[in-house]
Amino acid sequence: MDTFIQQLVNGVTLGSVYAIVALGYTMVYGIIQLINFAHGDVVMIGAMVAYSVIAVLVGAHVSLPPLAIVVIATLFAIPVCMAVGYALERVAYRPLRNAPRLAPLITAIGLSIVLENIALIIWGRAPLPYPQIIETVTYRLTSHPDGATITNVQVAIIGISIVMMAGLLVLIYRTKIGVAMRATAQNAQVAGLMGIDVNRVISITFIIGSGLAAVAGVMDGSYYGVAHYQMGFILGLKAFTAAVLGGIGNLGGAMLGGLLLGVIESLGAGYVGEFTNLCHLSGWSHALALRCVSDPHLALFGSNYQDVFAFVVLILVLVFRPSGLLGERVSDRA
Amino acid sequence: MSGDTGAAGELLVARDIGKRFGGIAALTDVSFSIRRGEIYGLIGPNGAGKTSLFNVLTGIYTKDSGTFVFDGSPLDDLKPNEVAERGIARTFQNIRLFANLSALENVMVGRHVRTKATVVGAIFRGPRTRDEERAIRRRSIELLDYVGVKRRANDLAKHLAYGDQRRLEIARALATEPRLLALDEPAAGMNATETAGLRSLLESIRGDGTTILLIEHDMKLVMSVCDRVLVLDYGRKLAEGPAAEVQKNERVIAAYLGGDVSLNLKGA
Amino acid sequence: MHAFFDTRGRPALVWAGLALVAAALIALPWVLAGIGTAWVRITNLAVLYCFLALGLNIVVGFAGLLDLGYIAFYGVGAYVYALLASPQFGIHLPFWVILPLGALLACIFGMLLGAPTLKLRGDYLAIVTLGFGEIVRIFLNNLSTPFNLTNGPQGITLIDPFRLDGFSFAGTQHVFGQALTSPIKYYYFLVIVLLLVIVVNVRLQNSRIGRAWEAIREDEVAARAMGINTRNMKLLAYAMGASFGGIAGGMFSAMQGFISPESFVLVESIMVLSMVVLGGMGNVFGVVVGALMLSYIPEVLRYTVGPAQMAVFGRTLIDPEVFRMLLFGLALVLMMLFRPAGIVPSALRKRELEQVPADVG
Repeated sequence: MDTFIQQLVNGVTLGSVYAIVALGYTMVYGIIQLINFAHGDVVMIGAMVAYSVIAVLVGAHVSLPPLAIVVIATLFAIPVCMAVGYALERVAYRPLRNAPRLAPLITAIGLSIVLENIALIIWGRAPLPYPQIIETVTYRLTSHPDGATITNVQVAIIGISIVMMAGLLVLIYRTKIGVAMRATAQNAQVAGLMGIDVNRVISITFIIGSGLAAVAGVMDGSYYGVAHYQMGFILGLKAFTAAVLGGIGNLGGAMLGGLLLGVIESLGAGYVGEFTNLCHLSGWSHALALRCVSDPHLALFGSNYQDVFAFVVLILVLVFRPSGLLGERVSDRA
Repeated sequence: MSGDTGAAGELLVARDIGKRFGGIAALTDVSFSIRRGEIYGLIGPNGAGKTSLFNVLTGIYTKDSGTFVFDGSPLDDLKPNEVAERGIARTFQNIRLFANLSALENVMVGRHVRTKATVVGAIFRGPRTRDEERAIRRRSIELLDYVGVKRRANDLAKHLAYGDQRRLEIARALATEPRLLALDEPAAGMNATETAGLRSLLESIRGDGTTILLIEHDMKLVMSVCDRVLVLDYGRKLAEGPAAEVQKNERVIAAYLGGDVSLNLKGA
Repeated sequence: MHAFFDTRGRPALVWAGLALVAAALIALPWVLAGIGTAWVRITNLAVLYCFLALGLNIVVGFAGLLDLGYIAFYGVGAYVYALLASPQFGIHLPFWVILPLGALLACIFGMLLGAPTLKLRGDYLAIVTLGFGEIVRIFLNNLSTPFNLTNGPQGITLIDPFRLDGFSFAGTQHVFGQALTSPIKYYYFLVIVLLLVIVVNVRLQNSRIGRAWEAIREDEVAARAMGINTRNMKLLAYAMGASFGGIAGGMFSAMQGFISPESFVLVESIMVLSMVVLGGMGNVFGVVVGALMLSYIPEVLRYTVGPAQMAVFGRTLIDPEVFRMLLFGLALVLMMLFRPAGIVPSALRKRELEQVPADVG
């Protein structure tokens, strides 16, 4: 039971980060049906910029509480990421809005390579140890002495994610720009005719998504304690998977997909070794029983298959619900 | 033109066709029959269910109730490609050509269902494949010539003029050797000259023995070319019969024009 | 492309042109070997990429199905070869047995991936294929425990080279006083296979099957209404593309003598896809151009970026490896911005090259 709770806590934390990144994918997709492949790298830039700011502030022995330093770093990272996101759209996507559908995918891939290599030039190839300036406090969740725990960092990540998601929903459903975004998502042409500046709406979408990405980058860096020029790649991939899982273009779907993916991954990694332990079958084969004496954890699949779960679940969901969990059913129209 | 084609057998019989989208009934208990060799009109105000009926017939939508009997055997739950194979070809209201293929290639695609070459044949290109390929090409060019767009054979479909695209779609459908050709508003967007040309094209297709089901808003065309007409309104059958009779039907007039104007559409 | 092989009208000119191309292809490795053997190897890899890109072109270019996990089939082919022709299990089958086996297995994998996913819309299909590619890679990486199949991240070494009746593609022979090195031998083999593959691609495109694929790409609903069994045709496209990948993988294994999961990462799938899109989706000639460009540009940059920095700044400011990838990324962006339909757009070429049918009908 304790393992289960622990993996659940870890999964929700991880899932919160996925969800925030997934929102960036899904917003852009909802509005211009584009997979912004470089979005993961915007997350990476956020983590890196925040890292530098923290390093500078800590290095200068500024007498600020650690929390304030992290907040300042994040506030630096957000506008930088917003600028990067805005530039991506202006330079690489807008000119190709009426081009064949795969063209912007290739520019996105090109930009992803460019961003990663710029990061390499600035921050180097080695993984950067994220300064653990906030002292980790561990809270016990059960009475068992080695039982499940949750840290203050995990609490913060989950809490901040909830606040940001709520804020985004308010923005989309309660403000004028939100109405404009929804209208553009429905039908950009008609929205344009109704006097909505579609280009501006698209820019704002990228900017908001990139702002969220910056925060996600700081959260990811703080949680794992490292930042790396390629960290955005796998994170972006997972987040995109989460967005598709939930139904791409759907905000609620991105949140649900992110959380689900995080939880599935954590639980999968936690239990797969146990479930596929071949020693359960040692009654069937003498040779197997002998091997299990020396190695009682002879699992067919271990936690190194963590990434497989994400994709297997994704494939299963799409096969049985082709437009994602919360996506609208699309029927062929003649 | 004749109102009655006499004792020719029925090619397509529809019984009690129903289709709902969510809570909205697109088609309710629609029954009709199309005789061999006739041009059968399908008219009705916008949203009357004409295109839904087409989509149900050609397998793009699955119907909720009723049966189609085509040439003596039922047509139920077939996929669109199977419907085409059985001999019903269609065009689309909003023109669905293969935009980046040439006009000729569009028609050649239509020959797919009546030809046999496999991957192996395509790779090794033996005499049989070569002969078949040549035959496909020859027949497709004939069809382009037949509908009058041969001179644009090598232009991409998307670069063709609107009227030519409509005609190309008909050629593509004819390439599948249909026994029933279902046309969804072929005259839409055409000027008077083009429509006149279309009319003679329809007559000559019929003359070659192909039965035609025609959705059309151009009443002049419908009245001049159709032997019989089915009128749909709110997904229900309002009237069916020879064009001249339907034209005088008061319910039809009411449905079309709100009831207070007479339908003054003297056909050619 | 059709007219490219059509010698009617001007046979002498066309034959002369073909002879010239053939002579150039035969002479090329010797010229390259003069510059450095590395360039022959680079060329061999470039040819292999052409092969892969042409295989993916069937799926993406002809049938219009976005596939981001294509490299998985390459991996399957490579591992089939490696496992059946190396000391890993002590099996040493001849290459002409394994290559078809690899193609077959890749083909089965292609159908397995295709069958449940073909109903999906483009972007969903993209992510599912991407996931599939990652799954295959993760398995290759981890199938060393509890039973050692793939040897994990260490990969498989000492893979047999191609051998044909005592003639080995490894090692160097001397022919007419010239050193016939292993890369040059593979070069000739690869070029012959590539030419065959090009012919197969062109023939497929100009066939009933190819037209059905293109119809599906253009408008699936209309294609079905024309009687095309879209599900079978898509599966066929996957199967064909996957088999090509499987064969290419086998050749890669033999040529390199060593493979590891590192060679079959997502970036490789993306690279091959970029070649297809950049060259001009659906255009066989364009795809070959795209594959050659994306194979050579990074290599040319590798040899020029360092010295160029030295010349301009007097010292190396930026790690040449980083700088060349930076330029490569920029090149992708710029080429797409200026030629969004690819360097050799399919449609344009068709219009230019298709013969006028007036004289046929």
